[in-house]
Amino acid sequence: MKTNQKEIIPLDFEKPLLAISKQISELEQHASQNGNKKIVNDLKLQYEKVKAQIYKNIAPIDRVKIARHPQRPYPLDYIQAISPVWYELHGDRCGKDDCAIIGGLIEIDSQTVMVIATQKGRNIKENQKRNFGMPSPEGYRKALRLFYHAEKFNLPVLTLVDTPGAYPGLEAESHNQSHAIAVNLRELSGLTVPVIAIITGEGGSGGALGIGVANKVIMLENSVYSVISPEGCAAILWRTKDKATEAAKALKITAEDLYKLGVIDEIIPEVEGGAHYNPSEMSKTLLNVVKKHLNELKSLTREELKKDRQEKLRKMGVYLEV
Amino acid sequence: MGLKDFFKNRKLKKQQNGSSIANGKPFVKNQTTISDDTLCALWTKCENCKELLYTNDLKKQSGICKHCDYHHRLRAQERIDLLIDYGTFIETDENIITADPLNFVDLKPYKERIKEACKEERKEAILTGIGMTNGFPLAIASMEFNFIGGSMGSVVGEKITRLVERAINKKLPLVIVSSSGGARMHEGILSLMQMAKTSSALQKLHDEKLLFISILTEPTFGGVTASFAMLGDILIAEPKARIGFAGRRVIEETIRQKLPKDFQTAEYLLENGQIDFICHRKNLKNTVSDLIRLHTQNQQLSEKDKKLVQENLLITL
Repeated sequence: MKTNQKEIIPLDFEKPLLAISKQISELEQHASQNGNKKIVNDLKLQYEKVKAQIYKNIAPIDRVKIARHPQRPYPLDYIQAISPVWYELHGDRCGKDDCAIIGGLIEIDSQTVMVIATQKGRNIKENQKRNFGMPSPEGYRKALRLFYHAEKFNLPVLTLVDTPGAYPGLEAESHNQSHAIAVNLRELSGLTVPVIAIITGEGGSGGALGIGVANKVIMLENSVYSVISPEGCAAILWRTKDKATEAAKALKITAEDLYKLGVIDEIIPEVEGGAHYNPSEMSKTLLNVVKKHLNELKSLTREELKKDRQEKLRKMGVYLEV
Repeated sequence: MGLKDFFKNRKLKKQQNGSSIANGKPFVKNQTTISDDTLCALWTKCENCKELLYTNDLKKQSGICKHCDYHHRLRAQERIDLLIDYGTFIETDENIITADPLNFVDLKPYKERIKEACKEERKEAILTGIGMTNGFPLAIASMEFNFIGGSMGSVVGEKITRLVERAINKKLPLVIVSSSGGARMHEGILSLMQMAKTSSALQKLHDEKLLFISILTEPTFGGVTASFAMLGDILIAEPKARIGFAGRRVIEETIRQKLPKDFQTAEYLLENGQIDFICHRKNLKNTVSDLIRLHTQNQQLSEKDKKLVQENLLITL
């Protein structure tokens, strides 16, 4: 059905579609010979019906699968698509360059923007380098250095988040992962430049929040953002990882749920099936949304920007007062 | 012979004689047998050296084992009693209680879990208020591990934020004693947002140049460590307290190797430059008041703030 240069790997819940499309293409080959076009047309109708049904009600766990799809565009893909320039800035200045977090300068509408993002790898070698998109404390400290850089030169900050979470490793702990994240939360909330955060894939807990405190928090339609992975939650509360489906539902991790909870400001729609079916279209939509918010935030003074962010965070949480 | 054997023998003897040896002692409800519950309430097994300790003695010792010096967990109120001058503590925001924004159900509904937890001493995993330590006024929060693992949900986040705001308004130093398993999963993303909310409040405190002492106690993990607990100007840990970001098991599963025994203990953190010092519980109160004195006596205050500080000495809310 798709004429994309690369074959898209279908997810489990998309398998019924694959079966029909296979049937259609087989029949089409014969159809030219027997002229039996009616069956093909019927099948095509059925295909559209099934497709509409499948994509209308995607279960939370399937959104997780889309968000983790290996062909989903990663932040670096968006960065290169939305900006004519990209100067990556490396290193935390204290001894390491964590490649799970990337940062640098881009240009949007002749305005310089500081981009900071988590980045997964596409293959084993790249994933070794990028640690599957799981940042170490050094990554967060690199991000912090770049936040200060943006503050100094009055550059708006755009963060793109796609990470399973902060790395739970021995070295990460001994280099104080929690402190690195905590300081970022504090300092991000105190910046006086616009900050826009976009969750493009997985928003993995503190690891995502560590670069995700912003004036505008935006999610792609099929991205997820959660305090713990559904698998991790199931293992603790259900005492088995098999209950991830239930956990994903209970945790309310989809863009729609988070919008209802007032945690995010906007959902960016994706093409049917997910961003990986049409990355270039996705990049265009994303760019437009970024432009829109950059323009909106332009009207605020530096102090107002900080206040806006802090007031927004102040409202987070649901409790009762008796 | 350990105390356990002693009790076992006594129980046996009792059954043989049919008479009650413990006759006349007020804690024995049923004179022929002593229930396990009573035993558990009377005696506590040290978590470290496994010695049996008389619970009342242990409480008098602020939860410190007299055999091995192990610091047992303290309840939120016990911590306040330890650190705050008698009669000066005023609880704040006790009217904030837990909601169930996600209608979360795992093996049990979250609402039921809260109800069960509320049967205990506290209504949430934190106690906040204002009081004095050796005559120095301060804002203090103390976490309650017994309430759903001391986890941070909306209420904990809100109460800490309000306490920080109170500290800013009253120009008070802030002390937070943490003991928590991390963010509360049952409130999903909202509990994650509490990390940002509390850190943002502390940003303002930071701007106001007010002192924040964070005391890390057994255990402090996850979302709590990765937000307010690590943002103290001074970070103090109790001996042998386990403090970290990810849990030990998660790390072992990820890196597929055994971790060193002392990993994530206060001593390990000190060695790795993550905390300022380790403080024995006996000295904790004096340490806190000393630090407040050392950080405030050079402070240059405006007339208005001086007045506020004077008022604080009267502790009026």
